[in-house]
Amino acid sequence: MNIKKNWWKALSVLLLMYVMIWGFIGVIPRQPVLHETARNLYFHVPMWFAMFSMFGVSTWYSVKYLQNPLIEFDDKASEYANTGIIFACAGLITGSIWARFTWGVWWTNDVKLNGAAIGLLIYFAYIVLRGSFKDEQQRAKISAIYNIFAIALLIPLLIILPRLSDSLHPGAGGNPGFKPMDTAGTMRKVFYPAGLGWILLATWITNLRLRIKALERIQEENL
Amino acid sequence: MKHLLSFITILVLTATNIFAQQTVNQEPTMADKMYEDGRIYVVVAVVATIFAVIIVYLINMDSKISKLEKQIKK
Repeated sequence: MNIKKNWWKALSVLLLMYVMIWGFIGVIPRQPVLHETARNLYFHVPMWFAMFSMFGVSTWYSVKYLQNPLIEFDDKASEYANTGIIFACAGLITGSIWARFTWGVWWTNDVKLNGAAIGLLIYFAYIVLRGSFKDEQQRAKISAIYNIFAIALLIPLLIILPRLSDSLHPGAGGNPGFKPMDTAGTMRKVFYPAGLGWILLATWITNLRLRIKALERIQEENL
Repeated sequence: MKHLLSFITILVLTATNIFAQQTVNQEPTMADKMYEDGRIYVVVAVVATIFAVIIVYLINMDSKISKLEKQIKK
């Protein structure tokens, strides 16, 4: 493997290995209700970071496709969205498990939870939409437009609305920073690397899928 | 078999109930015992191993795709 070209993959592995180890061994502040489950912060929240990055890049390529209709932009938009959906599912499931043992139920009518569920459905619809076209150009164009609308809905659902109303999530009606909970900053040292590590890993996974897709396209042309 | 299954289910259910009924102390309870015994390292080792296996798999897939790319370019 070429290190100059693939350094970010190595960085992702290093960061995540550090998170997997220090996430359990590192000291965390003592908090009621959360207890040791506070460590889930290192694993549950980065799923959403990765999801947002993937959907963001996906939208970027959708915009690029509308400017310049090259099919590779459409491939990128769809594959980044696919990886984003995987991470959204992971975030939703891990959040549900965490909620069971801290809030007492698998699902609550918390704004952020419902927002996440609706957001995920919007992206499921993106996949269904893509599957419903036979013509490649038409599929690319219409799903690019839909993709832009999708992120325009996801941002208020997950970022804006939960800050405006009461939520069980930390930082309801304000900014969900963890400054008041973690005065010593011990969690930040694991949390930020975790976020970056998972974003890079998600990019790597998408990169592999895109390369397979490119190979498939070459094969199709040769047939 | 059926009895065994129902016994295990009851056991699991009561166990979760006991966990849920943790009394409110002044000091939030943490898994101090686990950390004192040093057994947490076992969990860390397991998680790290799983992660390492997944990464090896990804690297393997990456190099396989690279090989294909080279073949097709020829």
